[in-house]
Amino acid sequence: MSSRRSAPTEEKREKRHTISILVENKFGAFNRIAGLFAAKGYNIDSMSVGPTEDEEISRMTVVTRGDDQIIEQITKQLNKLIDTIKVVDLTFDSFVERELVLAKVSSTPETRPEIMQIAEIFRAKVVDISPRTLTLEATGSQQKVDAIIKMLKPFTIRELARTGRVALKREFQGEV
Amino acid sequence: MPSDKGSSGHGGQHFGKVMTGAEIFVRSLIEEEVEVVFGYPGGATIGVYDALHDISNIKHVLTRHEQGATHAAEGYAKATGKPGVALVTSGPGATNTVTGIADAFMDSIPLVVFTGQVPLRLIGNDAFQEADIVGITRPITKHNYLVRDVKELAKTIKEAFFLATSGRPGPVLVDLPKDVMAQKTKFEYPREATVRSYAPTVDGHQKQIKKAAEVINTAIRPVLYVGGGTILSDAAGELTAFARHLRCPVTTTLHGLGAFPETDPLSMGMLGMHGTWYSNMAVNYCDVLIAVGARFDDRVTGDVERFAPEAKVIHIDIDPAAISKNVQVDVPIVGDVKRVLSRLTEHVTPLDTADWLATIEQWKREHPLRYRTGEKIRAQHVIHKLGELTGGDAIVVTDVGQHQMWAAQFFNFAHPRTHITSGGLGTMGFSLPAAMGAAFGRADLPVVSISGDGGFQMNAQELTTIVEHRLPVKILVINNGFLGMVRQWQELFWRRRYSHVELANPDFVKLAEAHGCPGIKVTRADEVEDALRRALERKDGPVLLEFVVEKEDNVYPMVPAGQSVHEMIDTPEPVEERQAGSVPIMTLEKGNNVQQRSTNTEHTPVTANVQQT
Repeated sequence: MSSRRSAPTEEKREKRHTISILVENKFGAFNRIAGLFAAKGYNIDSMSVGPTEDEEISRMTVVTRGDDQIIEQITKQLNKLIDTIKVVDLTFDSFVERELVLAKVSSTPETRPEIMQIAEIFRAKVVDISPRTLTLEATGSQQKVDAIIKMLKPFTIRELARTGRVALKREFQGEV
Repeated sequence: MPSDKGSSGHGGQHFGKVMTGAEIFVRSLIEEEVEVVFGYPGGATIGVYDALHDISNIKHVLTRHEQGATHAAEGYAKATGKPGVALVTSGPGATNTVTGIADAFMDSIPLVVFTGQVPLRLIGNDAFQEADIVGITRPITKHNYLVRDVKELAKTIKEAFFLATSGRPGPVLVDLPKDVMAQKTKFEYPREATVRSYAPTVDGHQKQIKKAAEVINTAIRPVLYVGGGTILSDAAGELTAFARHLRCPVTTTLHGLGAFPETDPLSMGMLGMHGTWYSNMAVNYCDVLIAVGARFDDRVTGDVERFAPEAKVIHIDIDPAAISKNVQVDVPIVGDVKRVLSRLTEHVTPLDTADWLATIEQWKREHPLRYRTGEKIRAQHVIHKLGELTGGDAIVVTDVGQHQMWAAQFFNFAHPRTHITSGGLGTMGFSLPAAMGAAFGRADLPVVSISGDGGFQMNAQELTTIVEHRLPVKILVINNGFLGMVRQWQELFWRRRYSHVELANPDFVKLAEAHGCPGIKVTRADEVEDALRRALERKDGPVLLEFVVEKEDNVYPMVPAGQSVHEMIDTPEPVEERQAGSVPIMTLEKGNNVQQRSTNTEHTPVTANVQQT
């Protein structure tokens, strides 16, 4: 009975979770949430924040990792913050997620067509061009964004900016 | 004379009047029925202090340091159940409150701390006496505010008091920029605070309560593990009725002391690192553990993997985040302890715990709390005598360290809100100012501050405040010339390398006298009782008693940090004295009378003769 108090092994496995948080759009609210993750030592893979349809409310999307007990604590601690209105762990639902990336890639007249071909395959847009660079904008799931970055790497990525994930729960579309 | 208090009463006559922020602040405190404010003025709060000058129904206590103000507010809150209020200036005034706020946060004490701030337009400019106190205290407050508009002020104060006192209580800080406090607006005080998304669950879920009752009704070896949440919820009566109805033995945490009378035969005293031998054993062998307003702190559980290994665990707590944080529980009930316990009582039937209680009785006889007596004073003896002389009718405010544990072990607490200490944060220097706060709140009971020689010196400046207000605080300084608890660890776990733990002390009696407080130095065990009696008789001011005690004494039993009850060290047998056979040992069994036995009593080690099911 030595491990009576800890969770079973399956629950101990670390998993990636996407947590959507609605917070009061108030001075310091973002700080409280970021500070909570730092103070408690929780992982943050990405964190994004922006306004919602209601100007008094912001939505934060946090991608974090942890076993079941840690994720439970994270959601509880988030709920405990006074400015937090709602916390949803989207991982248990069907949800749409998107991330945007801007990648400034080195390009020569020789490599330019190839890079543009890759952009086309990923439905990315060329948003800036110079004699030595191409800047692409791509959106998609995290896997898609990872994939285009991987494809662009051989051409040398000079600068990269990712937004982190934003997500919304899918709605039920009715019986088929 | 009608008083100028009460949100539904005479405060209304000021509603609708145009006032400055400073006046609104003062009016709002009156609406909140604040009686005492502990504070220290400064440049950023000068306007607020001006508004406070003419108000007779709020008592302002000028402490000698802002840390003292926050601890005093904590002591007041713990002793009365009402929120404690502190008012300080910006910059250093604000940063000096940090320790007190962190302390209140760890121990769930309702506190509202008002800090001055530089004018809004100067914020961020590194202005004179500017500190980002909202940023600094964000992780150690339940919530905090920077008031940016005078129109928000009254509403913010209402919310601050509401948040501090509801749900799991805690400190709330309100930062008041100087210019906002000079702006004017119409004063209206809201009747109720509405905070979207904040609605603590107070009624436990009926289904969970029934589930818990089913588990309890099959228990053979139940234990109630009672924490400070029980006292915060004013549920000592419900808890006592519940335990007696069930015939269930009770152990309390440090903050749970007083929730259940330690004179009751069902009491096992405190559990944990320095808990009684029998309470730790009972938790180890129990089959159902009912945790009430407790949070499974590491000082209680030791090695969590081996904590209550046989037990189904029921956990009642108002804070959902406290559940399954440290220990996985079987039946969680989120709710207010008072309400949950009274509903749970209806669903449980008295248990046949006769065999279980007999086992515990045997453990109590064989492993009582004990200490040696002799010519030299033992700290345990001082506290034991204090408990006897007051019969538990005193508010005991302790500091941090060995004396704190001995007070928890030997005072025998009988009533809620009579034991005040810094448990979570472990703040040395807490006792003296907290005792002062308690004395302002409770004139009906003697207030005793107990500190070590180290802790006393950390906030000794508040002696001035205590003397100024002629508060009859009994100040006990347990002087062993050491930082005793650190020394104990160095002795036991660091090969007796006493690194920087020996203290060079002032003459405490002269120090007291310099403040205008009588001081008595006690050096012999046979003088202890008389000195305590004299102190307890004094009603019109403080008295300081310095007890010069055994330099190298240890707190036992002890479960070394991170270990389990199997590694528990019981009070060692005094071999040399056993041979002499003459030195008496004082013993204390919780729920039983004090006994004196001679050292040659045979000790049979108890093996785990508990029926396993």
